[in-house]
Amino acid sequence: MINPKIIENTCVEIIRKAVIYLPDDVKNALKTAYENEVSDVAKAQLKAILDNVRLAESIGAPICQDTGTMIFFVKAGSSFPGIKYVEESIINATRIATSKVPLRPNAVHPFTNKNSGNNTGRFIPYIHWSIVDGDSLEITVMPKGGGSENVCKFRMLTPAEGIEGVKKFIISSVLEANGMPCPPTIVGVGIGGCADVSMVLAKKALLRPLNQRSSEPQIAEMEVELHNLLNETGIGPMGLGGKTTVLGVNIEYAHRHVASLPVAVAFNCWAARRASAVIYADGSYKILG
Amino acid sequence: MEYRLKTPLSEFDVRALRVGDIVYLSGTIYTARDQAHRRILEIIGRGGVLPVDFRGMAIYHCGPIVKRVDEGWVVVAAGPTTSTRMELYEYDVIKTLGVRMIIGKGGMGLKTAEACKDYGAVYTEFTGGAAVLAAQSIKRVKGVEWLDLGVPEALWILEVENFGPLTVVIDSYGANIHEDINRKAYEKMGLTPK
Repeated sequence: MINPKIIENTCVEIIRKAVIYLPDDVKNALKTAYENEVSDVAKAQLKAILDNVRLAESIGAPICQDTGTMIFFVKAGSSFPGIKYVEESIINATRIATSKVPLRPNAVHPFTNKNSGNNTGRFIPYIHWSIVDGDSLEITVMPKGGGSENVCKFRMLTPAEGIEGVKKFIISSVLEANGMPCPPTIVGVGIGGCADVSMVLAKKALLRPLNQRSSEPQIAEMEVELHNLLNETGIGPMGLGGKTTVLGVNIEYAHRHVASLPVAVAFNCWAARRASAVIYADGSYKILG
Repeated sequence: MEYRLKTPLSEFDVRALRVGDIVYLSGTIYTARDQAHRRILEIIGRGGVLPVDFRGMAIYHCGPIVKRVDEGWVVVAAGPTTSTRMELYEYDVIKTLGVRMIIGKGGMGLKTAEACKDYGAVYTEFTGGAAVLAAQSIKRVKGVEWLDLGVPEALWILEVENFGPLTVVIDSYGANIHEDINRKAYEKMGLTPK
């Protein structure tokens, strides 16, 4: 039977996994980047990154000291029996993980600047819900670092600017971000919807594995085109110059209002952390990936 | 060129460094982020006394993950944070405290470069996110001040050994690696910076 502890323990486990072990697609992309780079500076940065990834795994410490803000994406089966425990369990898990993993306490009251000390607070951890068929629960955690978050961009384009305008905005966002978001980054793009919808889509785009292109050929083509173009900027690993500025570009979209063309660009640092698990109606669970 | 240096640093030490040089640093360093920088300048402004002597020292833009062990602290992960947030304060900090090295990531701006030139300091970078690697060179937490600011924002006094590779990104002669790369990036994309 489902009880709050099962959800809580599963969440602690995926938080721990996310902050210590980088997903395989990201690791492979970083290894390829290292092999492709020719300059000493770029190679040295990627070597430090790869050494750090291995070290974090071997001693079980978080990859980066900025363990981020805990953002959860929950796909709840409409007949999952433990639905009422989910929110409370996620909050408790965040608190427990903060002292057990440990995580850096990152949740600060914006008016008093007081740090809550356990990564929880008003609306934090944040949960994005979606209701799906079935009786199981899928939870994904994305610990989101501040450096890459600080360069996220949003703009309302006029529809006349079209997809060319969208591309230009993505390029200028990467240029403006320069070395700040710890490149090589993953660029998540949300096009359409409203202001809020486009940014959520950009964040969801960051969750898609790097070896998976959009299922729509035209968008997949734009992802590849932008990926190659952004690596022509020469910004390189850590902004110190090189051939790898981005590891990938993932684009999601929604239908837009006739009068608006919102575009959101979200960044993930090279330490693009995510982990997921499924909890079944009988109380068993499986860590994914 | 590769250098092995120890804090406190002299003006001679840092004037020898040029952009692209690599430094491995040993000795005592202090962490300071946004809030600690604000507090430093606030204390200086009212003629107060700082808890540590910054002369010749290195400031590390870092908010570590620490663990309480017995009466002391152990650093679990301690990579650099984005330095541009401290751009607002760094000129005055370098000028008034005699700091010789700033360590961070992501680059700093014109004012910091000016302070480096005027007062003899450098801005160096450690690989962003490489927090476990950084923690390997931290041998000891010598102390902590201003814990009321929260763990990430407190001023951690760390003893490091061969901390690096630190890339010199802004030297004391006005050169700034990021600025060059960024200018070229805009040119290649046919865009102009805002």
